[in-house]
Amino acid sequence: MYNLIGAGLIVIGGGIGLGQIGGKAMESIARQPEAAGKIQTAMIIIGALLEGLAFGALILGK
Amino acid sequence: MVATKSIKFLVVFVLALTSFSAFAQDDAVENNLVDSPDEIRAYISHHLKDSHDFHLYTDNASGKHYGFALPVIVWTSKGLKTFMSSAFHHDDNGTVVVDKGDAKLVKYHSKIYELDANATTLSFDEAHHPTNASKVIDFSITKSVFGMLLTGLLMLLGFGALARGYKKGNTIPKGFSRVLEPLVIYVRDEIARPNIGEKKYRKFMGFLLTVFFFIWILNILGLTPLGFNVTGQIAVTACLAIFTMIIYMVSGTKDFWAHTLWMPGVPVILRPVLAVIELVGFVIIKPFSLLVRLFANITAGHFVVMSLMALMITMKASFGPAVSTGMSLVLSLFIMFIELLVAFLQAFIFTMLSSLFIGMAVEEHDDH
Amino acid sequence: METLLNDFSVGLFFMQAIILLIVILLMRKFAWKPILDALQTREDGIQNALDSAENAKLEMQNLQADNDKLLKEARAEREAMLKEARELKNKMIDDAKTEAQAQANTMVAQAQAAIESEKKSAMAELKNHVAGLSIEIAEKVVRQELANKDKQLELVESMLGDAKLN
Repeated sequence: MYNLIGAGLIVIGGGIGLGQIGGKAMESIARQPEAAGKIQTAMIIIGALLEGLAFGALILGK
Repeated sequence: MVATKSIKFLVVFVLALTSFSAFAQDDAVENNLVDSPDEIRAYISHHLKDSHDFHLYTDNASGKHYGFALPVIVWTSKGLKTFMSSAFHHDDNGTVVVDKGDAKLVKYHSKIYELDANATTLSFDEAHHPTNASKVIDFSITKSVFGMLLTGLLMLLGFGALARGYKKGNTIPKGFSRVLEPLVIYVRDEIARPNIGEKKYRKFMGFLLTVFFFIWILNILGLTPLGFNVTGQIAVTACLAIFTMIIYMVSGTKDFWAHTLWMPGVPVILRPVLAVIELVGFVIIKPFSLLVRLFANITAGHFVVMSLMALMITMKASFGPAVSTGMSLVLSLFIMFIELLVAFLQAFIFTMLSSLFIGMAVEEHDDH
Repeated sequence: METLLNDFSVGLFFMQAIILLIVILLMRKFAWKPILDALQTREDGIQNALDSAENAKLEMQNLQADNDKLLKEARAEREAMLKEARELKNKMIDDAKTEAQAQANTMVAQAQAAIESEKKSAMAELKNHVAGLSIEIAEKVVRQELANKDKQLELVESMLGDAKLN
């Protein structure tokens, strides 16, 4: 039961983080469309790091 | 020309697979179909695990299993034992005991246990853990190992053909190689070069390219009905991550170690603390995040796809067969496309982060 | 975490390590090295081709400029030659004209001189002729007049009278 609540919290945190990354990346792409490739790569890397964190927490709690 | 060849190859391959259906069993008792949520859960968790035979399909009416057995190689307390997995007669509940002279082996939830000397059947505690058996070290050619071998073979064939094409003097590849070449260039120019640096990237290309295509092909194989879940095995991803760790630890420059262990520019008291943090980061956290990300993504993907497919069974009672089937088809198709993307993305991320870490390790700080 | 550790198969890890190592080594030897080498040589070739194309373009431009210069020079030279020729022509015509004029003038002058002298000589001849004739006539007249004495005397008288008057 508790680890389910924990999993929910992790997902909320991860979702907020991913939203921030994605939103900011979109903004930057809109501002500088010529740098879209670089921004995308950086976005994916940071998203992956965040994902690693979230999955790590999920698995430790499992 | 090449397309027809590949189709022929595929046909022969599938025929070879199905012709191994020789071990039709008569002791398959589960004649009833998988249709309760518990059974579905058990089925999915069984799929997510590694298995000792290559099982494609079971005809419950006749009790026939289609697939083929794979060799079991286990290191028991009495030494190395080898036999074919057909000896277990598709049992996964620890009821069939394979007697190898001095060692009695049972298979329970895709794991092989060695019964204690005086035990004849497996007994469990409340948490369904075996009580009178010990684990063995399992070097079997399991389904995952088979998948890895297959992937290695496919890679050797595909990229070997590309390499041979160049050797023959075609500067521009033909046929299927034409698809592979831009992928190699992509890994080199988008992943390795910008992260490791123009001077040093060449040394790591062998590892990065191999890992990228290895993970990608295994991920895609996992989406086929063959039912591989190789990159969803934690041992496999752990091995990949440890390879990366060893590579960046070994190729770390003097600069890298100086910055890791004795960070310049910070108070001396803080330096040991930072060194511990950095070391933990490089030795544990980075590989751990690498292995967990790949494992969790692929496992979650398989879980979601299978659950959505099972929707046509679980929802049948409330919505009727047509609606539940349609719903399950549409949803699983949609998720399947996302999984195709994830299959590539995870291979990309793994390679990208590996090259990023390698880049950190081989970077030369000439600014101070 | 516990279930995960339970799922972790040491044997699979071991097999994976061996397979991955073998695959990396094999792929490196039989695929990646030749592929990357071929790509490198191809890219170098393309770079060289591009560079040489650029060079050729520059050279072409230089050549074009040279050509233009040559053409301009040739045109100027032709222009100069034409001008010279025109000048020469004009000069020749002028020369010829003046020469012809001078010749004509001298010819006219000579002709005039000749005419003058002819005229003079003709006049002189005429005068002589007229003088001769008048003498002859006078002779004849005188002979007629002086046939009788009276008349002779009368004449002498008139002459003497004239002489007196003078």
